[in-house]
Parts: sequence; C-alpha cells; structure tokens
Amino acid sequence: MKLFDALWKDAPLATRGEITPKLGFLLTVLLAIVWLIPFLWMGVATLRPASDGINAMAELMPSLKPTLDNIRDAWEIGDFPRYTLNTTIICSGILLVQFFTITLAGFAFARLSFAGKTLIFYLFLMQLMLVPVLLIVPNLKLVAQLGLYDTLAGVMMPFFASAFGTFLMRQAFEAIPTELEDAALIDGASLFQRIRHIYVPLSMPSFSAFAIISVTSHWNDFLWPLMVINSPDKRPLTVGLSVFTKTAEGTQAWGTIAAGTLMVIAPLLVTFLIFQKRFISSFVTSGIK
Amino acid sequence: MAATMRSISRRDEMSLAEPAALPVATSAAPRLHVLKRFSSRLKASLPAYFLLLPSLVFLALFTYGAMGRVLIDALYQRATPKAPVRFVGLDNISAVLTDPAFTGAVVNNLIYAIGTAVPSIGLALLFALALSRTHAVNSALRAALFLPVLIPMVAASALFLFIFLPNVGLLDYYIGRLLPVLPNWLGDPDIALYAIMIITVWKNAGYYMLFFLAGLQAVPEDVMEAAHLDGAGPYQRFRHIILPELKPTFLFVTVIAILNAVTQVDHVFVMTQGGPSNSTNLVLFYIYQQAVEHYDVGKASAATLLTLAALMGLTALSFRTMANREGGP
Repeated sequence: MKLFDALWKDAPLATRGEITPKLGFLLTVLLAIVWLIPFLWMGVATLRPASDGINAMAELMPSLKPTLDNIRDAWEIGDFPRYTLNTTIICSGILLVQFFTITLAGFAFARLSFAGKTLIFYLFLMQLMLVPVLLIVPNLKLVAQLGLYDTLAGVMMPFFASAFGTFLMRQAFEAIPTELEDAALIDGASLFQRIRHIYVPLSMPSFSAFAIISVTSHWNDFLWPLMVINSPDKRPLTVGLSVFTKTAEGTQAWGTIAAGTLMVIAPLLVTFLIFQKRFISSFVTSGIK
Repeated sequence: MAATMRSISRRDEMSLAEPAALPVATSAAPRLHVLKRFSSRLKASLPAYFLLLPSLVFLALFTYGAMGRVLIDALYQRATPKAPVRFVGLDNISAVLTDPAFTGAVVNNLIYAIGTAVPSIGLALLFALALSRTHAVNSALRAALFLPVLIPMVAASALFLFIFLPNVGLLDYYIGRLLPVLPNWLGDPDIALYAIMIITVWKNAGYYMLFFLAGLQAVPEDVMEAAHLDGAGPYQRFRHIILPELKPTFLFVTVIAILNAVTQVDHVFVMTQGGPSNSTNLVLFYIYQQAVEHYDVGKASAATLLTLAALMGLTALSFRTMANREGGP
C-alpha cells in the first residue's frame, strides 16, 4: 500500500482514494510482465544447455548450468556477421540518401514559394498513404529492369524519397527564424551554403528523430528484401533469420533459434535502452512510417 | 532574349508592388500577359523544383510509376509462362475475384483486421490511462510494453514459433495443463488465424499506447479536477472528458491499425505460409504467392489493384486527417 501511495502522490488529493485507477494499474503491471515473457524465454533458452532436453525447453527458470553453446552454434550455422553487415549497409545507405533528399525537399516546402506547391505537396502526401509494401510486385519488376535484382542497391532504392522525412524537415526548417538566413544572405551565402550552414545544424533533433524511425523500420523490413535478394550472402538479418529458423526448426534446436533471435534484436534493444526517451518521442511523431 | 526576360521580371516586380493596377496597364494584350506572368512565375520556381527533383524522381519511379505499372500489368496475361504477354482486359480481375483463395484471403484479412485492431487499441488505451503520469515506475512499464514494437516481425515470429509449439512449447507447458485438450495453435485451421493475431496485438499495442499517451496530455488537468469536485467518478470522467478529447487519436490509430493489418504480415511468411488449408492466408501473402511462386504477374497486379482500391476509402479518410495534422502547404 505504501508503494501505491508513492505512485499516486502527485494525483489530485481527493482522487487518491479511488479504486478503479489502481485496478487498471495492477492489470497493466500484470500485462507488462506477460509482454516481457517472450523476451525472458529468449534469454533463458539461449543460455540453456542442450542436455536439459526438449521437455525443459519451456522452463522460464534459468538453467543452473548456463552455457554459451547456443550462441556459438547460431553464429556458426547462420551467417550472422554477414547478415548484420548487409543490414547495416542497407540502413545506412537508405538513411544517407534520405538525408539528402528530405533536406532539399523540406527546405523547398518550408522556405520557397513556387508554382504548383499545393499539388506537389499532395503528391508527397500520397506516398504516406500508399504503403510501399503493397507495391512490391511492380517495384520488383522495375528493380529487375534497372539491373538491380539481387543487389543491396535494389533493396534500398524504393525508400530513397521519404514524404514523412520531408514533412518532418519542413516543420523543423519553418521553426528557424528567417533573420538568421537574411544575415547569411547579406554576407553573400548561396542557397546551398545557407541550407548547409544554417538550416541543417539547427535541425539536428529532427534529423535524429528521423534517423531512428528510418533505421528501425528498415532494420525490420522483411518482405521486400525477401523478394529482391536471391544470393545467400546478400541476405539482410530478417531474411537470414527466417531461413535460419526454418533450418533449426527441423532439428528442434530451439536454444539455437533463441540465440539467433537474440543476436538479431540485441543491437536495437541496446540502442533503445540507451536512448529510450528519444526513441519514444520519435515514434510518436512517426504516425505512419 | 535577355531583354524580354528582364522586362518580364520587372513587370513581375511591379505586380508584386501593386497587383490590382497591373491588368489595366497591360490591357492591350491580356492573354500574352498571363502567359508571361506564368513563365516568370515558373522561372522563379526553378530553384524549388531543383531542390524537389531528387525526391520527385524516386517518388515517380517507385510510387506513382508503380501505381501506373500495376494498372497496366493487371490488363495483360501470358498463356504459358514463356509465352508473350497479350491484352486480356479485365480477365485478371475477374480471375482473382472468382479465385476462392483470394476471397478466402479477403475474409481472413477482415477478421484479422478487426481481431487485431480492436484488442490492441483497447489495450493501448488501458496502458496509456494507467501509465499517464510520468515517474520512474511508469517509464519502466512503458518501455516494457514498447519493446515488441522495436523488434522485427520475423524475430517475433521466431519466438512465437516456440511459444505455440505443441506439447513442449511455452503456452502448452504453462497454460495447456489447465485445458482438457491441448489445442494445436498453428496446426488447427480453426485456431491458427487467432494465434497469429495474438502476435500482432503483442507487437502493436505498445505502439498505439504512445499515441494515446500523447493524446492524454491534451486533457486539461483542471477540468478533470472540477469534474471530480462535481462528483464525477473515474468512469464518468473517462466517458465524458477523456474519451471526447481522444477522438482524433482514436481515428488516427484506427487507420494505422487497419493499414498494419494489410501490410504487416511477415509472420504469415515465417510461421504458417498461409496454411493450414489457407486458414491464415492474407491478401498480401496471396499477392506474393501469385507473383513469386506462380509467376503470375497479371493476377498479382490485379489483386494489388483491388487491395489499393479497397484502401482508397480509408486513404481518403486518413488523407483528410493527416492534411489537418500537417497543417497544409
């Protein structure tokens, strides 16, 4: 009860006695524990020796003889270093080009007036609605025609323009006082110099918010790379993990599957736990990725 | 040439200074004037177009162009995989509409959409209400509920493959003991679709929670307190103050949840491959099957087209909502 009082100490005095909010809170705590169980199992199963047998596999109590064998097996069976490298290349390649395209387009929408602005704005907005994953069939054909089938560039290309990023940058640029730009203009700074030295440095929080959304969503992309990539050595983590899971499932090597899954999600989880606040606020702005 | 341009730009400057007076001054050739004004405006727009060009090229290739190609591909078909394509009109569309696998996938997808959107939004609201005050305990709980959002659907599927494993899996090991007959979660056509829904709810509730948390910030604390002083209990305050305030959030989250129900179906690929007996076949998986497994681009495009059209109603809705959110051009 003491703990409860502490949690409600900033609630309005008269409402502290109410029971419904506390029941809701208890239910949420229970569900949060349930929500964590798959992660807990993943950790426990990763460290469980194969000698414990299949019947103890579901046990959530950690094994008394923890082992790293599963991690070693996963590392050897699946080509995880290669998959990680491919995913890193894909995510950073997409992000770099996106930074370029969204900065320029965001600046045009924020600071320039031009013919057809409304029309072009809605053209961008349309991309937010037409979820790219629905267009896999025509886009696969185009990627093949461009000679990019089975290449990482083919995986990256459809995401080079981002309406979401453009709108995010537009918003950030609009908040920058025009006086700064005027001063630079008097000093004879060109358009690109003004963008590069005034707008970009002042919009770093928006860039990092966008980077978080972009990297997590492309780190997790599965269907599109599955269709574009054919060679095993070009698979990203998600595709690699699905193939790995299929192989290990056949031999009932659940400890190895848990270890492989852990390796795939560990980078994201660690980054999230470090930059938790930033992640959460970025995801709130994301609405539709 | 240079002289005309200069005169155009000068006229443009005049028009900026006194736009109303100009038509009278140049009444001799109004049409020419409109043309000149247009071209000068175009010229002034060039830097902006230049900045927009990189984005527009990729949007043209992979968004608008893709839509055009779907439309065309849906009208062509090959008699055999090696034969040249020929125009078949609406044959692909009618072939898809009469394909029981497609209609089955549509029905499954509707059940899946409702069965994932309603519980995940409901839970998201519960989580947000319970954790709206910010302190260390609540932050930790929010982080716990948010973790599944971060991980790839494929990774979630790998974990749930074991959770749903018959007899020795996590679910049977702990809960199955209480049931007289152990269900085969992913192997029973009557249950499999609901099993994969559980994964989606687990993965998305924490995401939607964020929007409700943001929405709750807008509920004024003093109104809540005033309502309490007037004798409104927790339920009444929820029903008459919080819910109306969260209406836009509900709309927005519902749109995202439905879009996710169509597009976020990686677990079908990893766990069930649409089976058993097509019971977890969803529209996007059907499209993938037609394109990649049956090499039937015509049918795949027709199914894509139908899905796009079906999402148009939703699109129009979210279009308006989001245009308001973005504040217009």
